Amino acid sequence: VSDRAHVLVLVATIAVVVWILRLVRAQHLRSKYALLWLAIAVLLIPLGTFPELLEPVADAAGVDYAPTAFLLAALGFLFLVVVHLTRELSRLETRSRTVAEELALLRRRVDELEADG
Amino acid sequence: MARSLIILPAFDEEAALPDTLSELLAACPGIDVVVVDDGSSDRTAAVAEAAGAIVLRLPFNLGVGSAVRTGLHYAVDQGYERAVRLDADGQHDPADVARLLAALDDGADLAIGSRFAPGSGGYDVGPGRRRAMGALRWLLRAATGRRFADTTSGFWAFGPRSLALLARRYPAEFLADTVEALMIVLTDGPKVVEVPVTMRQRQRGQASTRRFRLVLDYLRLVVGIAAAASRRGRRTTLRDGS
Repeated sequence: VSDRAHVLVLVATIAVVVWILRLVRAQHLRSKYALLWLAIAVLLIPLGTFPELLEPVADAAGVDYAPTAFLLAALGFLFLVVVHLTRELSRLETRSRTVAEELALLRRRVDELEADG
Repeated sequence: MARSLIILPAFDEEAALPDTLSELLAACPGIDVVVVDDGSSDRTAAVAEAAGAIVLRLPFNLGVGSAVRTGLHYAVDQGYERAVRLDADGQHDPADVARLLAALDDGADLAIGSRFAPGSGGYDVGPGRRRAMGALRWLLRAATGRRFADTTSGFWAFGPRSLALLARRYPAEFLADTVEALMIVLTDGPKVVEVPVTMRQRQRGQASTRRFRLVLDYLRLVVGIAAAASRRGRRTTLRDGS
């Protein structure tokens, strides 16, 4: 990997860190997710700087070509993240549905109370 | 006689509702009717109110399952012992409401108005839907061991037990609201019967089913049935083990 690629990876990682921190500060991102992405960034910075760190890991996993091991791990991790998000989404949908149903019932109750006067 | 509530889920049904409601009130004197307006963009709520129905307005479109669940919830809150759910578009004959309630009098706790049971007037569906319905029948039979002629009827009468059960657990998704609800009730154990009913032509308005969506809905339902069946198995073993 060339020096230029190193610099690119590092710059991109740092940009992501800055972006995440800004999202947290603006309260657009819950801190538990921020923590996740920051942990990933912290992991990526040394790997981007010293790619040879990957070699022993790849060897241990029985993968000949280290970048493949990295891509595989990244793909697996992203898959888990997406499953987690769809799960969160399902839960949120159930909750907002229940809230909307309760709202319909409460609206009726308010109408009745107002009519009673 | 037990207090009953008629539940009409309605999405953009301002055209059909006045006739449906006046027929219902004529056929079932003294019975309360609640229209659950499922986020309609037309005057469904106003029309229903003018016709003398109780109206519950959902803030946005949640689908028929949620609308029915809201109605069931209201029934439980207000102390009704029975509820009848039917379509707002006038396809279900109000005269059949009394026959479903009579089935409850005879000891059932859930009565399904069946379009395909012997004695019903029959109901013409296209070949695609007929095949899909056949598959559902088979699936439900495999999952519960019981055979129902009509697994996707929108015309049900709930007794006290299924009313209380489904007010909490009625499935929200389209189609699941019938098949999965049926599985939930069967698992709980009260008596379920089918009562032949005769469908009529839609009075006005648009059928809410589109072809591609329907295929997806059926596929999703298969997942739902499998999930419900596995829960069912687990519950049974737990009960046996205790």
